[in-house]
Amino acid sequence: MFDLTGKAALVTGASGGIGGAIARALHRQGATVVLSGTRAEALEQLKGELGERAFAIAAKMDDAADIDRLCKEAEAAMGKLDILVNNAGITRDNISMRMKDEEWEKVLQVNLTGTFRLTRAAMRGMMRRRFGRVINITSIVGVTGNAGQANYAAAKAGLIGMSKSLAQELASRSITVNCVAPGFIATPMTDVLTDEQKKGILGRVPADRLGTPAEIAAGVVYLASDEAAYVTGQTLHINGGMAMI
Amino acid sequence: MSDIAERVKKIVVEHLGVEAAQVKEEAKFIDDLGADSLDTVELVMAFEEEFGIEIPDDAAEKIQTFGDAVGFIKSNAKS
Repeated sequence: MFDLTGKAALVTGASGGIGGAIARALHRQGATVVLSGTRAEALEQLKGELGERAFAIAAKMDDAADIDRLCKEAEAAMGKLDILVNNAGITRDNISMRMKDEEWEKVLQVNLTGTFRLTRAAMRGMMRRRFGRVINITSIVGVTGNAGQANYAAAKAGLIGMSKSLAQELASRSITVNCVAPGFIATPMTDVLTDEQKKGILGRVPADRLGTPAEIAAGVVYLASDEAAYVTGQTLHINGGMAMI
Repeated sequence: MSDIAERVKKIVVEHLGVEAAQVKEEAKFIDDLGADSLDTVELVMAFEEEFGIEIPDDAAEKIQTFGDAVGFIKSNAKS
């Protein structure tokens, strides 16, 4: 089950904790992967770790021309693109009263607009080949909201609505579009939290622990697989029971 | 009928699963040939491939009939 041999995948934000785990998991299932992100050094390191069937292409998700170039280069490197994992995302947390236009716009631009642009670029080839898997990494806060993250929550909720619309447009071409919504996951992003903050978070997690990047990656592998062909427009919540939707 | 028109017709027949006789000059892809909006995008992609041309979005939107397609390709295809 969930064999991805012969599939070509592009993972954005692959230099991060969750993105790296997703790239490793897809690769382990047999897929060829293009690692994208802004930190070229981290991408090269992961590429070296994976060995064969791996490419690194740095790109900025707030740059329309760069996004088109990324899609073209990824398709050229692998010969096609079957699986697109839109994982790139940034945060600029602030309470709304203090949130600057720039903080709002930057987060929407990278997390939502960038994802739309890359998906639009990728869908051409997927339509032609009558196969595609688009997996957008959203967040629990896109559904529950989170104080201090109006911008991030709006972008992540936007991804869910966008995915449902794309799913309806593309379903007849055997292209599925789904979201994975992580809860609190142990990554460099959450490492910076104080013990007290972590305790506060865990109080809301029935599983009583943070999730691991590998647990998010496992959900992505499923949605990318042939077995998940009839699953589209869905959001898979992986959060230890923190929110049950 | 010109060679270009024949090649366009072949693509339309194959893609939309219609009879060649239905693909008349004034036949509208959506209203007369049963295409949906995604089909029209795919037809444009197929024309681009077949004739090695690029059909910009604003031009693609104006291609509504078989005749429109043939006309556009005739004036833009590399000879």
